[in-house]
Amino acid sequence: MDYTLLIVQMLNGLQLGLLLFLVASGLTLVFGILDFVNLAHGSIYMVGAFICASLTLWLGNFLLAVVIALPLTGAVGYAIEVLVARRLYDKDHLDHVLGTFGLILVLDTLAHMIWGPAGITVPLPAWLDGQVEIFDGAVIPTFRLLIIAVGLAVAGGLFWLVNYTKLGMLIRAGASNRTMVAALGVDIQTLFALVFALGAMLAGLAGMLIAPITTASIGMGGQIIITAFVVIIIGGIGSMKGAFIAALLVGVIDTMGRSFLDSGFALFMSRDAAETAAPAVSAMMIYILMAAILAFKPQGLFPPKVR
Amino acid sequence: MMLKISNLTTHYGPSQALFGLDLHIGTGEVATLLGRNGMGKTTTINSIMGIVPASGGSITFDGVELVGRASFKTANLGLGLVPEGRQIFPNLTLEENLIATASNHLKQDNPWTMDKVLNMFPSLQDRRKFMGNLLSGGEQQMLAIGRALMTNPKLLILDEATEGLAPLVRQIIWDALALIRETGTSILVVDKNLKDLLRLADRNFIIERGKIVWSGTSDELRADREALHRYLGV
Ligand SMILES: Nc1ncnc2c1ncn2[C@@H]1O[C@H](COP(=O)(O)OP(=O)(O)O)[C@@H](O)[C@H]1O
Ligand SMILES: [Mg+2]
Repeated sequence: MDYTLLIVQMLNGLQLGLLLFLVASGLTLVFGILDFVNLAHGSIYMVGAFICASLTLWLGNFLLAVVIALPLTGAVGYAIEVLVARRLYDKDHLDHVLGTFGLILVLDTLAHMIWGPAGITVPLPAWLDGQVEIFDGAVIPTFRLLIIAVGLAVAGGLFWLVNYTKLGMLIRAGASNRTMVAALGVDIQTLFALVFALGAMLAGLAGMLIAPITTASIGMGGQIIITAFVVIIIGGIGSMKGAFIAALLVGVIDTMGRSFLDSGFALFMSRDAAETAAPAVSAMMIYILMAAILAFKPQGLFPPKVR
Repeated sequence: MMLKISNLTTHYGPSQALFGLDLHIGTGEVATLLGRNGMGKTTTINSIMGIVPASGGSITFDGVELVGRASFKTANLGLGLVPEGRQIFPNLTLEENLIATASNHLKQDNPWTMDKVLNMFPSLQDRRKFMGNLLSGGEQQMLAIGRALMTNPKLLILDEATEGLAPLVRQIIWDALALIRETGTSILVVDKNLKDLLRLADRNFIIERGKIVWSGTSDELRADREALHRYLGV
């Protein structure tokens, strides 16, 4: 076993997991509190990436671009809540799916009109573009380390927000009994719009962080949204802690599956067969994980107790 | 009049629950709303709070019309609700239940604080870190009162103030209401324990099938055997 590769891949898995968490945290807040299925959450991830890409090219500074793109993406989320989502909360889930699927088409087309059909490559400043050697022979791109650091910081910030601030208490109270929160004098509709905007900002941040690696492109939200749903279902819908743990699980298992499954299979089947089977199975790993977890915990790992 | 309800009607879909109800409470007064189950007490309270939309009539609070007003805006005029069934947030600790919605929109002097609430209900002291769903019924009711007080209301509304509570806990609640009354807060209270209610109240309203059929002072009600028997079955 190659331990250097193992550790590098663990870090890659951690990085993927933290990006997933950024997307899933907003999704689980909105689904958990508002009981609203937002397929277009992935499109906000894309919008964040494009806004940041344009700003980077314009300002010539990636980090400054991120700082400016964050509130802009939050504002896009706020607008979507007021214009679209708010009208759908009372309807059933199928209407949410149809409505937000329409929103995906609209946002994709808008992105196409504004940014063109080709993806935008996002250049990194030199000091982020290199690699660092964490120890003998284990080399990892500096930018991936930054993603890990940002992801952990955001997770910590969210944990603090939800558990220790008055806003967090209201978010949790609103998830369990919005009528009562309103009857005690809180403008729950504005609170929900803020939560929605916060979720959009986090998804946008994930898009901004991935853009320098994969480019900002139309349709980039499609894959991540499915994985993000897997994450929040495994974690327990509405649970921030669950989303965090599930995102890391999914990130690590997905990355490990892709890099080590073929050598694992080769232990008990021919190399040829292993090389054919491994990619197919590794693509399914997270769904197998979800099925296995739901078999034992139908509500996911940490179902929030709200009733 | 602080709260004035005139000719209020409320429907649940096609079925009507309130049929032109009139009720009024003056500043600093304690009023009761009495009546058998299903007569419309909760509906009246929920109509005041905007939880259930009124279909007609008028409710004014300090001259502001409440019909058609968003629930949170009504609450922020100074109405504090202790709802039927308590409706404690189960996933928040006792302390968080008190803090989450605390406010002082009217900038009242000597606002309620967590310490004041815990002083009034000392048995909540060592439950501060307990989740709402792990509290006993009595603790939940004290918490619901504290939670409403922490919004610093001018009018406290209690729906079934002591329902399902042990006599000892009931007494704590009645004592607390007497104390709250002393601070000048008006109270509208629904309950079944006539004796305790009448001792506390300035004015009583009896509701039957969505209408007020009797109103008067506590002395008048104690004296009116027929009303007591006919409307309340005692
Ligand atoms: N959510 C509801 N939907 C339909 N009817 C209701 C609803 N809530 C109460 N009612 C009806 O309205 C009437 C008054 O109920 P309620 O106000 O709860 O009475 P009370 O609080 O005096 O016991 C009853 O006939 C009850 O069946
Ligand atoms: Mg009732």
